[in-house]
Amino acid sequence: MTAERNAAELYQEDKALEPSDSTLKAVLGATLTLMALAILWEVLVRQFQVPAWLLPSPSLIVESMVEWRSELVGHSMVTLYETLVGFALSIAISVPLAVAVVYSPLLQNTIYPILLALQSMPKVAIAPLLALWIGFGTLPKIVVVFLVCFFPIIVATATGLAAVPAPLMDLIRSLSASSLQTFVKIRFPTAMPHIFVGLKIAITFAVIGAVIGEFVGSESGLGYLILVSTSQSRTPLAFGALVLLTIMSIVLYYGIALVEHVVVPWAPRN
Amino acid sequence: MSKIHIEGLIKTYTSKHGPVTALKDVSLSIKQNEFVTLVGPSGCGKSTLLKLMGALIRPSRGTLLFDGARLLHPTRDVGIVFQEAVLLEWRTVLDNVLLPTEILGLDKVKSRGRAMDLINLVGLAGFERRFPRELSGGMQQRVSLCRALIHNPSVLLMDEPFAALDAMTREELGFELMRIWDKDKKTVIFVTHNITEAILLADRVVAMTPRPGRIARIVDIELSRPRTIDMEFTQKFKSYSDQIREVIYHGTGASRS
Ligand SMILES: Nc1ncnc2c1ncn2[C@@H]1O[C@H](COP(=O)(O)OP(=O)(O)O)[C@@H](O)[C@H]1O
Ligand SMILES: [Mg+2]
Repeated sequence: MTAERNAAELYQEDKALEPSDSTLKAVLGATLTLMALAILWEVLVRQFQVPAWLLPSPSLIVESMVEWRSELVGHSMVTLYETLVGFALSIAISVPLAVAVVYSPLLQNTIYPILLALQSMPKVAIAPLLALWIGFGTLPKIVVVFLVCFFPIIVATATGLAAVPAPLMDLIRSLSASSLQTFVKIRFPTAMPHIFVGLKIAITFAVIGAVIGEFVGSESGLGYLILVSTSQSRTPLAFGALVLLTIMSIVLYYGIALVEHVVVPWAPRN
Repeated sequence: MSKIHIEGLIKTYTSKHGPVTALKDVSLSIKQNEFVTLVGPSGCGKSTLLKLMGALIRPSRGTLLFDGARLLHPTRDVGIVFQEAVLLEWRTVLDNVLLPTEILGLDKVKSRGRAMDLINLVGLAGFERRFPRELSGGMQQRVSLCRALIHNPSVLLMDEPFAALDAMTREELGFELMRIWDKDKKTVIFVTHNITEAILLADRVVAMTPRPGRIARIVDIELSRPRTIDMEFTQKFKSYSDQIREVIYHGTGASRS
């Protein structure tokens, strides 16, 4: 094969790989759609004179968000803290456990069924028990976040660690590689894109988990704020908290995606 | 002494549906630096035989000698190429080629030099820093060939290495492999289900038949080297092809014909 042909082939593939402006288009499209929906909402609410305690207009929501900004920021920080600590704890425990499960058939047969049972238990139902056992502080919320994140991360990690193509394993075996070499050079890097899929799923659950924990009993956090403001018919504020929760979820998701982009640049993009 | 000596080899897999005899009573002697191709329909045990020679699986019965000694564990004297290049996506071409040297703990500087030489040899000069996803299938398979050769094994095991490539690239790579083999002789065991490819490359073609997998005929290929594409159209080539086709398609094994 000549160098020219190599170059020509590469050129063709380069063109296919070139980052297009599709990301920008997607962001722009989403923003425009959201804005259109907000305007439609505003118009309908005004047109039909819907009472604010039932369904506030977007402008009223923004207004109350500005008015209550310091409370909103304070409660957001609490929820963010619970989310991040629970999430980090979940990573710290599920990833090593997934490694153990993949390497030990015994653990695979004992731990996996237990995990599945745990996962099948509705976390909303566990939250009151946690409150009973460890009170109403941030800890029970962190535990709920931990519980909801645990399963997606461990499953993704275990799947990823087992995803090394059979021929590659044969090749590594033919070189009599040690288990450590196989893990460090092959298995773990292979698992990385899978792990990030799990992390991205988990982080969206994490925020929900924190809110569930707060619903059950707390004195702070966005979930608490929603509960209190709806009970006092301050619906615009509840919506404000909801907006912040949504933004938090999205920002965290794209934060993980960004880390993925840096750490696992070879991961397939969608 | 033969490089690889196989006698009365039997391989039975245990599957959910009971035992599967993948190889039955296979005997074969491969000389040092010989280029042997294994050809036959899928399921006739070609991959199994190759894996046995790489000690990736153990024989159920029979003898397998490598350099005159029983082969109990994988040996570093073997390089392997599979149908899929299975490169590490997170490594550059150069680092992919260097993988075996890291595992074997070979000298870094020397290995690097050798890797660059191999990359040049297969026509990938200038692509050392590229990632696998930036390469065509043919180029990836060249990288995988370099990786198999980097620790300078004396035996090269190749399991349908070009089967996933288009016909032109496949032919090109076949000739390139022979050029490399000619410069730096090795014992090559090359699996294919393409009869033309099997004849064109080989010193000897081992034709296999399935259920149970066994050797039906061994054909010595007495075409001069270097091989050229026109040889395909010679009478000699056609007669080789007929001899192989006969056993593969009609199942008239050497023992029965
Ligand atoms: N790990 C395995 N477990 C059970 N049966 C297998 C296994 N590997 C191969 N076989 C069976 O052994 C026979 C030969 O397989 P293989 O060596 O892959 O043939 P080929 O490479 O010629 O297609 C087939 O019938 C196949 O189904
Ligand atoms: Mg096969």
